[in-house]
Amino acid sequence: MSIAITTQFICFIVLSLIVLIGAVGVVLLESIVYSAFLLGGVFMSVAGLYLLLNASFVAAAQVLVYVGAVNVLIIFAIMLVNKKEDLKPINDIKSRRIISTSICLTLLSLLIRVDLTNVWSLSNPQNSIREESTIRIGEHLFSDYLLPFEVASVLLLMAMIGAIVLARRDVMSKDISTGLPVDQELIEKSPEPLLTNKN
Amino acid sequence: MEYGLDLEYSFNEFLKGFGLSSEIAHIIWLPLPMLLVLVAAVVGVLVTVWLERKISAAAQQRIGPEYAGALGVLQPIADGLKLLVKEDIIPAKADGILFTAGPILVLVPVILSWLVVPFGQNLLISNVGIGIFLWIALSSIQPIGLLMSGYASNNKYSLLGGLRAAAQSISYEIPLALSVLAIVLMTNSLSTIDIVNQQSSAGILSWNIWRQPVGFIVFWICALAECERLPFDLPEAEEELVAGYQTEYAGMKFALFYLGSYINLILSALLVSILYLGGWGFPIPVELIANLLKLPINSPLIQVFTASIGIVMTVLKAYLLVFIAILLRWTTPRVRIDQLLDLGWKFLLPISLANLLITAGLKLAFPQFFGG
Repeated sequence: MSIAITTQFICFIVLSLIVLIGAVGVVLLESIVYSAFLLGGVFMSVAGLYLLLNASFVAAAQVLVYVGAVNVLIIFAIMLVNKKEDLKPINDIKSRRIISTSICLTLLSLLIRVDLTNVWSLSNPQNSIREESTIRIGEHLFSDYLLPFEVASVLLLMAMIGAIVLARRDVMSKDISTGLPVDQELIEKSPEPLLTNKN
Repeated sequence: MEYGLDLEYSFNEFLKGFGLSSEIAHIIWLPLPMLLVLVAAVVGVLVTVWLERKISAAAQQRIGPEYAGALGVLQPIADGLKLLVKEDIIPAKADGILFTAGPILVLVPVILSWLVVPFGQNLLISNVGIGIFLWIALSSIQPIGLLMSGYASNNKYSLLGGLRAAAQSISYEIPLALSVLAIVLMTNSLSTIDIVNQQSSAGILSWNIWRQPVGFIVFWICALAECERLPFDLPEAEEELVAGYQTEYAGMKFALFYLGSYINLILSALLVSILYLGGWGFPIPVELIANLLKLPINSPLIQVFTASIGIVMTVLKAYLLVFIAILLRWTTPRVRIDQLLDLGWKFLLPISLANLLITAGLKLAFPQFFGG
């Protein structure tokens, strides 16, 4: 084995371990903030795996979109609403855990079966496209994958409009939560008068 | 473009002369450029800190550092040593792991981005194909480190600073990426080497700043905002947030933030000079001078001369921009958070989108000027 292949192998083992342990940590950790930060680590390691597969553009896009945007927004949301409150204990927690574990294990065995039975056609690593991959991705996005690409953008637009409608009460005449008419003059005004029993 | 000094090739050949295999030679070579660039970045920070102190003093009609060395040039080293020997404090109610990991996550992506900064045709660590896109992707990791340190400090000012930093970074990344995209459109490549070569045909006249004046200004504003420099230093606004996410930090951990922000400033200045000011190119093409003096372009002497001119030009352009950034910091007031977000989303984003569209149109109309 040459040095390059050994290095690649070690990198692959380390990255896979980080992905697996990190993903388990995201699910099992009690603190939601730790889970969110670990999720970022998992996304980073997946980007590392893409790098090992010579897909440098996909790796950079993974970092930009998942770590730089999705994960930051998740952490942002957690920090804005992170109230310390004791959650109510769920009475049948044990049976719920057993059901979810069994569903996950079934899904895992299904995936492993697909992995083992399917014949993966691996291209020769010598004639892989390497740095050209950016150009190839662009060609595909503007030819045979144009429709899915555009539909995805429409989906994002819909999500954005939905978020704006939920966040801004002045675009609707009635408050969603209370059903009272909205004061169009002042968006920031509280639905209930704040200083009623001031004396 | 197979000219220019190739130090890696000559070094490997030199080691092979001792009977080493090419793989071993490669492994011995690998850490050398990385170390060199790391040292260059740190020395660059020391110079910038000294410049900042001296220029701010001049702007406020003070003398500035004077006793440490001639003109106070040793002052930044004294600052660094002070931070190095200070006690490393983790506040009692802070989250120890996240508190330590935060500054590291802020510094590492910035240093990694130096991978794609070229100082000459072959004078960079790695000419990766995704080039400038790597920098955009890496700079998006930084807000996670800022959020992390803001949260872990267990301090409301820190948390607010971290949240502001993340919001600012996300808003300004989009116009930044769009103005880089216009350059990439003209170059047909993401590689920083190609971007500079595309501007080298006619010296100063072919620099991208003449073809992308709007992109240049948008990029510079966004780069300043990403570096959290005044007028955009809201995340650490002293008067309202003590020092933002840095409030609870002391000693070496604070030094990491300090280093990170200055390395980021130099990196941004270097990238502006690469994207818009011709990178290592001399204002008059070196080939033209060599032809006038009747010297062969491939002679070793000319090669060494070209390489040194390249490094000097890159650093000179970058420090000119650093000078402008420092002047801006000490002469402009801070914007408010709503003004900052308005500027980012309602002004820079539409302008950079329009710039991208116009660039694409001009590229179709005049392919010889805008890279066919």
